[in-house]
Amino acid sequence: MLFDFANILIFIVAGLIFIFGTLLLGWFLRPSKPDPVKETPYECGEQILGSASVQFNIRFYVIALIFIVFEVEIVLLFPWAAVFRPLLKTMPWEVLGDMLVFVGILLVGLAYVWVKGDLEWVKPHRGPRKD
Amino acid sequence: MADPTAPSPTPLQSLGDSLYSGWALLHEHLPKEVAYLLVMAAACGVVLLLIVAPFAGIATYVERRLAGRIQARQGPNRVGIMSALEHILPTLSRMLRPIITKIEGVVIPGGLLQFLADGLKLIKKEDLIPAAADRALFRMAPYVVFIGGFGLFAALPFGEQLCVTNLNIGIVYLLGISSLVVVGLLMAGWGSGNKWALFGAMRSAAQIVSYEIPVGISLLTMVMIAGTLNMSGIVNLQGTAHLRLYENAPAGGPGYGMFDWFVFRYPLFTLPAFLVYYIGSLAEVNRTPFDIPEAESELVAGYHTEYSGIRFSFFFMAEYAEMLAVSCIATTVFLGGWQPVTPSYLTALADAPAWLQRIEGVLWFFGKAVFLVLIQMQLRWTLPRYRVDQLMDLCWKRLLPVAMVNLIGVSVWMAMGAS
Repeated sequence: MLFDFANILIFIVAGLIFIFGTLLLGWFLRPSKPDPVKETPYECGEQILGSASVQFNIRFYVIALIFIVFEVEIVLLFPWAAVFRPLLKTMPWEVLGDMLVFVGILLVGLAYVWVKGDLEWVKPHRGPRKD
Repeated sequence: MADPTAPSPTPLQSLGDSLYSGWALLHEHLPKEVAYLLVMAAACGVVLLLIVAPFAGIATYVERRLAGRIQARQGPNRVGIMSALEHILPTLSRMLRPIITKIEGVVIPGGLLQFLADGLKLIKKEDLIPAAADRALFRMAPYVVFIGGFGLFAALPFGEQLCVTNLNIGIVYLLGISSLVVVGLLMAGWGSGNKWALFGAMRSAAQIVSYEIPVGISLLTMVMIAGTLNMSGIVNLQGTAHLRLYENAPAGGPGYGMFDWFVFRYPLFTLPAFLVYYIGSLAEVNRTPFDIPEAESELVAGYHTEYSGIRFSFFFMAEYAEMLAVSCIATTVFLGGWQPVTPSYLTALADAPAWLQRIEGVLWFFGKAVFLVLIQMQLRWTLPRYRVDQLMDLCWKRLLPVAMVNLIGVSVWMAMGAS
């Protein structure tokens, strides 16, 4: 087990060294002629308007929240799925029931979010505001 | 017969053992870990230099030729063996020109060395970092994105006992490490100090995390059927070591070739899971029709707008590495990994030595994986791009319910079969 994870660590370090080495090789080969105009952010050749730290839409936040809930569910279900087959011989319906309760709560949650319209991609507001 | 799901002894470990005992310099002066370290480093190098890097290069060439074919134009056809020879050995090239020009374009497709020329060009380009950028994040992002794609290869079984690590929690590891890409993309987008990059990164993150849910659930379904998280174990189950969906069914038999693969063995449940996985994996690697983060008509180049030269090429390589990796996972979990299409007793190499059969397995594995990659490429030049709200609808309102119903269906079926 330790061997396996040490192996993965070495694998990742090898990837990092590969990138670092290529960048280092490029450092010897590439020119470097800094220029203030070159270093401006790209905005289609126009003058830059404001900084890039713009406010972005709330919809990304909603998506992230729903994602967290479902991802945690999947992570918790993986150990269950791995032992499902061995446990089938002795107590199939109990094992199944546990999972159905767990997934069922989430399905109710999904239905709730769906009906409330939080799965809709928030569209830009058009026309006069009503509130 | 031994339990097919049990993780087999790691071949690398035994290789390390034999290296340690065989090499006097090692076992007289150094601890055993040094031998393991050498073997592991060699394995990493083999995967990196023989699979990932050449694949990224050749796949770009194949994709551009394919695009040319689909759009009724040539694609890259200039930088070939002849033009390379002209630069390196001009006199020899003049003598050989009639022969090579005849071979090139007929036997060898022209433009084969385009990716080498592109790589050389990229490495010689100036490396620009915008003044507004967060320099640390900007520099770190390519590392994180590349590791997210490259790290997947650590747990993939390319053949029987041919994997870098035979992790007992293989699938969980693969899902985990592939999520690193999102972090890297957000670092790139935020660190660039560019509005296009920020919007691209946000969209990309939203898309990748959303599609991770249906992908995860369809893999979960397959874990339930297989009863193991080990990637090699999953492939073993799709061979002659028979496994039935419910316990009372007879096990063991001659093997039915491709009908032993999970995708064909229980098509009612695994075919939807396979389709959900494949569509979701397209979105996870930002390929058309889900390439909204890089939609050049609205976002210039998305999260890598500010990247230039070789630093840009790491994003590119990571994308191609991921394309291959998700196809490899699909091959392993659904399409039988290294198991051949034909039943094992019909295979020409049935009586051949073990190493030859192993090579055959590797060829099958990469044959299937590359076939899936080619479909990804064909889709890119066939389908138009989704709009961002359609993209989210497809994930949350179509794929997720299908995957959920599939999950519950499989579990109920298996429980009914067992009782």
